[in-house]
Amino acid sequence: MTAQTNQSIAQVAPEPALAAKPGNSLYRDAWARFRRNKAAVAGLIFIILLFIVAIAAPLIAPYSYDEQNIRAVTKGPSMAYPLGTDAVGRDILSRIIYGARVSLLVGIVVQLIILLIGVPVGLTAGYFGGKIDTILMRIVDVLYAKPNLLFIIIVMTFLRAKFQTTTGGFLLPLKLFNNATGGLLGVFIGLGLVSWLTVSRLVRGQTLSLKKKEFIEAAHCLGATNTRIITRHLFPNTLAVIIVAATLGIPSAILTEAGISFIGLGVNPPTPSWGSMISEGIEQLRTYPHILIAPAVTLSLTVLSFNFVGDGLRDALDPWMKK
Amino acid sequence: MGQYTIRRLLGLIPTLLAVYTITFLLIHMTPGGPWDSDKPLSAEAKATLDKAYGLDKPLWRQYTDYLVNVFKGDFGPSFAQRNRDVSDIIKDFFPTSLKLGFIAIILAGILGITSGTISAVKQNTPFDYFATFGSIIGISTPSYVIASLLILLLSIKLHLVPTTGWNGILDSRAIIPAIALALGPAAVLARYTRSSLLDVLRQDYVRTARAKGLRDRVVIVRHALRNALIPVATVMGISFANVITGSFFVEVVCGVPGLGSYFVKSATGRDYPVMLGTTLLFATIITVMNMLVDLLYGVLDPRIAYD
Repeated sequence: MTAQTNQSIAQVAPEPALAAKPGNSLYRDAWARFRRNKAAVAGLIFIILLFIVAIAAPLIAPYSYDEQNIRAVTKGPSMAYPLGTDAVGRDILSRIIYGARVSLLVGIVVQLIILLIGVPVGLTAGYFGGKIDTILMRIVDVLYAKPNLLFIIIVMTFLRAKFQTTTGGFLLPLKLFNNATGGLLGVFIGLGLVSWLTVSRLVRGQTLSLKKKEFIEAAHCLGATNTRIITRHLFPNTLAVIIVAATLGIPSAILTEAGISFIGLGVNPPTPSWGSMISEGIEQLRTYPHILIAPAVTLSLTVLSFNFVGDGLRDALDPWMKK
Repeated sequence: MGQYTIRRLLGLIPTLLAVYTITFLLIHMTPGGPWDSDKPLSAEAKATLDKAYGLDKPLWRQYTDYLVNVFKGDFGPSFAQRNRDVSDIIKDFFPTSLKLGFIAIILAGILGITSGTISAVKQNTPFDYFATFGSIIGISTPSYVIASLLILLLSIKLHLVPTTGWNGILDSRAIIPAIALALGPAAVLARYTRSSLLDVLRQDYVRTARAKGLRDRVVIVRHALRNALIPVATVMGISFANVITGSFFVEVVCGVPGLGSYFVKSATGRDYPVMLGTTLLFATIITVMNMLVDLLYGVLDPRIAYD
């Protein structure tokens, strides 16, 4: 995508000196910088491992996530149950492994929804300016005023009741999907709908500064349409900002999902979510703290890794910002 | 500045109106009424209840009625506790959340600014690395996990404080929820203080102060920190709003009878007026806080001009 932009600059002002040094694109440079950041690389390795574990969950997990052993309830770590069992005799390790699917899926799908709404809004507002900008940004301002968690809770309550009473119509496939995923669709919608604001502001800001650059003017002169300029010239150049925002948004989505599952509004039991596991652990805190520790540590390590990678990406993609 | 303040105050009205409209519609679009929770009521009883609470009126009428009442300071009756008004419930539960949030943000300020300052002054020393790492962990660990780990450590293992409950802000029971709420904002404040102070320490006037032969402490506290804390103050204002409006998890874990934990109960029990009232209250806090922060910025940094 960057090649496209370079090409169009080259078309306007062919400068052999600039076209030299092959392969030193922004992303290759960034990758070299990223690799030097030990914390970021460690985070990336942890995340890759987590993805492998999540995808291969049925192969790796010693038990299924809802298999109960009534004779081994609230047992501490042992050979049969490496991280012990919970209050109804389910293997904690297996539930953490399946819970990784929920957390990663929430992190990624919510980010996709956020980008799908936030990026077009930001690009449109920034590029067209004027009334469109004022209206869109006013909407963003208003939505910024709402208390996020309260709002997510209200949206989740609404979706739950809506899905419960749905028997037909266009909502039916959504309901079936929601039931099949243990209530994840509600989490996606609830989180995605309230979290796109920051991305739209970032992209708008980036677009505002880019649209006065020469290569955009050149594209205008060459007769490029607005759509083409936005999709081929502006969007690729906001990508660095978007990648960083999305990476740093994943841990916050994971934490929010854990939070709403923690208060019992997220995924439906017995689907394991680290948040609901933590909540179950807190109930048994006094006597069986091991039930809490394992999911809490996993959740924190995952969020920590994503934060490290996000910070590393920001430093790598934007060397001028680095302090 | 006066004009700017007035314009910002007027700007609050459409914002809050929009938040009210969205929340009102969402709540009223939610299928099922507040009465069909436990045991099914007869159609007659339902109709009587609907009439008593004004739910039989057309939607637009309920929308405007509620709005008019809110301006009179009346948030309507609660559905769950039928003899109580939402304003009474807010009066009962909100001060606890507010006090807890206040203590937490003061704690966060002391902790965050101190460690951020030491980090910046001793940049790239073991303390700096340790503090930076600690603040990333603080950001990555949810408050309810911190709260439960503190309960495990301080109450169950060391028997220093009672596990849960509430007995006013000056009681030892307040220690765990206050720390749990403070660590997240403390981490954010430490990061901001560090980067802002590093910026300021490179300025010419700091070099001048050093060249005059002032002691290090005077240079840092009187000259550098004063300027470095301007952006930190604004972050602190926003953190305060976040702590007050986001304390439910900690309140639930620590058994604090605050508005946050009450909201969770009212959401599962479909107590619409409480949900609506709390959302409006929290939205007001957030918008007013944002406005105050913007105004404060101008007071602290006279170079900023409002237009």
